[in-house]
Amino acid sequence: MRKTRIFTRFERFWHWTQMALVLLLTLTGFEIHGNYEMFGYENSVRMHNSSAWTFIGLGVISIFYMIISRLYKNFIPTRNNLKEQILYYTSGIFKNETHLTTKTLYNKLNPLQRIVYGGLLIIVFPVQILTGLIYLYYHYPQNPVDVAGLRIAAVAHTLGAFLMVAFILVHIYMTTTGEKITTNIRSMITGFEENQESEIIEDKKQ
Amino acid sequence: MIFQASVLDFETTPNQDRLPPFNNFEPSDSSIFNPGIYRECKNRNLFEMKNFIEKPVTLFLVLVMPLVVLYFTIRTGLHKDEVKPLEYATRATIPAKVDHAQFAILQQEFVNPRDVTAACLSCHNQRDDELMVSSHWTWEREADIPGRGKVTIGKKNLHNNFCTAAEGNNGSCMRCHIGYGWADKSFDFNDPNNIDCLVCHDKTDTYKKIKGGAGWPATAENATKEFPVPDYNFVAQNVGFPDRDNCGVCHFYGGGGNNVKHGDLEEALFSTTRNIDVHMGTDGPNMACVDCHKTERHNIKGRAYSVSSENTNRVSCENCHGDAPHNDIVLDRHNHKLACQTCHIPVYAKVNGTVMYWDWSKAGRRDDNGNPITEYDADHNYSYLSIKGKFVYDNMVKPDYKWFNGTADHFLNEDTISSEPVQINTLFGSYSDPDAKIWPVKIHRGKQPYDPVLKHLLSVKLYAKGKGEDAFWEDLDWDSAIRAGMEYNEREWSGEYDFISTEVYWPLNHMVSPKEETLTCTDCHTRSEKGRLASLRDFYLPGRDYARAADYSGIGIILLSLVGIIGHAAMRIIAFIRNK
Repeated sequence: MRKTRIFTRFERFWHWTQMALVLLLTLTGFEIHGNYEMFGYENSVRMHNSSAWTFIGLGVISIFYMIISRLYKNFIPTRNNLKEQILYYTSGIFKNETHLTTKTLYNKLNPLQRIVYGGLLIIVFPVQILTGLIYLYYHYPQNPVDVAGLRIAAVAHTLGAFLMVAFILVHIYMTTTGEKITTNIRSMITGFEENQESEIIEDKKQ
Repeated sequence: MIFQASVLDFETTPNQDRLPPFNNFEPSDSSIFNPGIYRECKNRNLFEMKNFIEKPVTLFLVLVMPLVVLYFTIRTGLHKDEVKPLEYATRATIPAKVDHAQFAILQQEFVNPRDVTAACLSCHNQRDDELMVSSHWTWEREADIPGRGKVTIGKKNLHNNFCTAAEGNNGSCMRCHIGYGWADKSFDFNDPNNIDCLVCHDKTDTYKKIKGGAGWPATAENATKEFPVPDYNFVAQNVGFPDRDNCGVCHFYGGGGNNVKHGDLEEALFSTTRNIDVHMGTDGPNMACVDCHKTERHNIKGRAYSVSSENTNRVSCENCHGDAPHNDIVLDRHNHKLACQTCHIPVYAKVNGTVMYWDWSKAGRRDDNGNPITEYDADHNYSYLSIKGKFVYDNMVKPDYKWFNGTADHFLNEDTISSEPVQINTLFGSYSDPDAKIWPVKIHRGKQPYDPVLKHLLSVKLYAKGKGEDAFWEDLDWDSAIRAGMEYNEREWSGEYDFISTEVYWPLNHMVSPKEETLTCTDCHTRSEKGRLASLRDFYLPGRDYARAADYSGIGIILLSLVGIIGHAAMRIIAFIRNK
């Protein structure tokens, strides 16, 4: 049995804080969208605005951190083993095969995760932030550049929100695909992943 | 111990400070974060010590810190600054600066009110010049209307949606003119002594213009108990800034009765509570009309768009409250596109009913004895009058909402009817208009006589002193009343008449409710068809609007994900059982 640190302290803080913010943004956002009543419309708007700003602030700090620590490389998509990874999730996992990759600090995401998380970070988040800022500050037609009111920004923002919900659902499910059901979620909390020593050695040989 | 561990690690791990090269996804044992420390640590005791320390750190990082961030985010979000109370001064309660009773000229024996005016003007010279250019005197003014150009319009020559038109019914309508005796076209608008100073400046509440008197007060010949001859000395010696009694005596009763026209201006405001009107409530600031309708040299600020057209000389809430009165950015930003009135006047006609519908086509019915009929609704408002037709009164009315940029058009005598309902006035504005805001309006609907051949609205002679003078209110005969009205106004009539639906829009400004009763977010930001802005569809309103395609595809993606998750999980469970 060996313990590998795959998440730094900041990464864990970042992940769980972001989870809390995304949860709050989602719950308040869909109330603002008119889907249900939960906190009260005004409270939802106010919490949505403030959590958006915290989200942006956390994002800025995280980008800074990812760059100086070079942990951003985790999110660079790769096609290496992509097919194998898909095959693993679509068939190997049912045959009790072991995971293809061993997680380390700088290589903790499999090729599929890299694509999905990378897409989230460079497409969905920026679009949400940009349309959110338009939503907040730039939606009246008397602005120098007319953005056609809220419609375009609002629809894009809503689509992004739906994608986020889908992501969260799949993301939570995927945490159960580790060695044990709780392996992944445990490592996201403790920062460590416990591996069979033999596997690591095996992995290193490859 | 921790420190020692690090030192130990530092010594035993090669290339401690070498960062992994770019694009190297190989597992690395060393970095500034020292991930390899535990891997290299063979000392069981030390390892356990690390584990022991790591637990509170983990708790702190993944639970305490996120919750702290979340807590402060929510707290900051929900924080609302207090609204700063506004300083104000009321003008109407200021006593006159001089004691008019001591002026010898006001102690003379007045017989004709024109002599009072002359006495006023002998000291207050040139005030007549100011007054005689004001619309209170002229009942018309030049206006540049988009799409129409310059026209001279006002109460004098416009149609309204109530008693239809003033000119030709002077005896009755011109009672509310600030002059003496505008009984017909011969009235001299250039004679300063025709000005009625007292109706606005009387502080005794005893000065009244008599009904049907074309602006004159009662004389010895026609005085009644309700309208006695004024005590001119008493009145003239007690003059001052107009208070709400002076304004209200005309502006509360326009259209032939209390609150017929405005809906937000009525006799309840003579003395009211802040619950009805936060500004005028005697238990509140107790403001008079002129405290907002600031007046300089007899130019009274404020416009009623039943007769006004231009976005000038208006009173606005912002005059006192500024454009960021809530001390809260979320609410204050609404002011770009919402008039304050929209949220702060949630209902109008809060005390007495106002006329919502007036159908002239039903007028003229008589009972079996040939007498005019009067019927009342459950609230004892008129529901039918032979001389006026059918009414619908309502109180506690939810306003309608319109885009409005402060300019308006009007249906003029020479205009041709092209659509129904005829728009007696048109409020300009749309979402894309930078000057336009959403305003609460009273929409008054009606049916008026019109010329089905020439497609004009008709001028009707309604009022006369007695029968046999072609007045509808006396004879109940449309043909002769229309002929007389059209002749007086020198307009062409085909000889035929019918009735057509009409609409007029009154932006609401008064009877502002206390803040507890303002609209809340979901009064507008709702998908409900009962939402206040359900009919204003030229813009995207969060909470009300959504793109069907986006929402459906979004829900589709979520459902697909769920199906995928459930299917995948099921197959894993099956595989797990089989492999057992």
